[in-house]
Amino acid sequence: MAMSRDEIFQDVQEVLVDALGVDDDEVTTTATLMGDLGAESIDFLDIVFRLEKAFGIKIPREELFPAESLMNNPEFVNNGKLTETGLSELRNKMPHTDFAAFENDPDINKLGDLFTVSAIVNYVETKLNAA
Amino acid sequence: MRWIWIDKFVEFDSGRRAVAIKNVTLAEDYLHDHFPGFCVMPETLMIEGMAQTAGMLVGEAGKFEEKVILAKVKKAVFFDYVQPGDTLTLEAEIESIAAEAASTKGTIRSSQKHIAEIDLMFSHIDRNLAGKQFPEENFVFTDTFESLVRGVLSGAYKGASAPAKEGAQ
Repeated sequence: MAMSRDEIFQDVQEVLVDALGVDDDEVTTTATLMGDLGAESIDFLDIVFRLEKAFGIKIPREELFPAESLMNNPEFVNNGKLTETGLSELRNKMPHTDFAAFENDPDINKLGDLFTVSAIVNYVETKLNAA
Repeated sequence: MRWIWIDKFVEFDSGRRAVAIKNVTLAEDYLHDHFPGFCVMPETLMIEGMAQTAGMLVGEAGKFEEKVILAKVKKAVFFDYVQPGDTLTLEAEIESIAAEAASTKGTIRSSQKHIAEIDLMFSHIDRNLAGKQFPEENFVFTDTFESLVRGVLSGAYKGASAPAKEGAQ
């Protein structure tokens, strides 16, 4: 039986509570993993492992959190901001993400804000539907 | 002082599970200060022992080609004291492993006592940290560490599924 979006959110919430040591009520759909929930780089891998287990899916790391590989490519990053090419590459790689705010100021320091709880829920939903 | 907090591996099931033991003795200096008159092994050292047990398991899974570094203590819960004369059994299992990292679950027992549950995450540092460069030699798995598994990987291990390891002496 397919999981509802609410059920997916609840499981994602549990994963983040366990992985980041935060409270349930901090894990809202708009919360950002780094800014609001204090995630560091190793936590992203922890989250990937826990999501794989919780939902029985396989997650190539680059698929859910692809930013790192873009950062080192001068074609995609110029002067601390993502170029048009970089932005469209990121959009391709992260269809589960809301770019509305980021597009206005694609500062790489704000990349972290793209990783929100709802982006994870979207990603898992797509992955489960594709299975 | 040598920073090795396990004495030997007694089981090693490549890529899955490893069991090491640690004999705690009053000959270890730190016990005299922790605490005078009531010696208990510090919990942090048990975490280190588990990191070494699980870290070797993760390292061996990648044929010791990766530099495996403890990156996160996901859980560390302690249920009882460990005192001189105790023999600890540290059991680690690989929960997930990928090109960049691994997560492990572990328990520590002493005789029949449940001492601790310690779950860890390891990073393969050459594949993380945004392309930072590290020395080519594997400074994590030094000869001392490799000698700890030499016995179990070369035939002393009695499990059914232990594959023969190339290069083990």
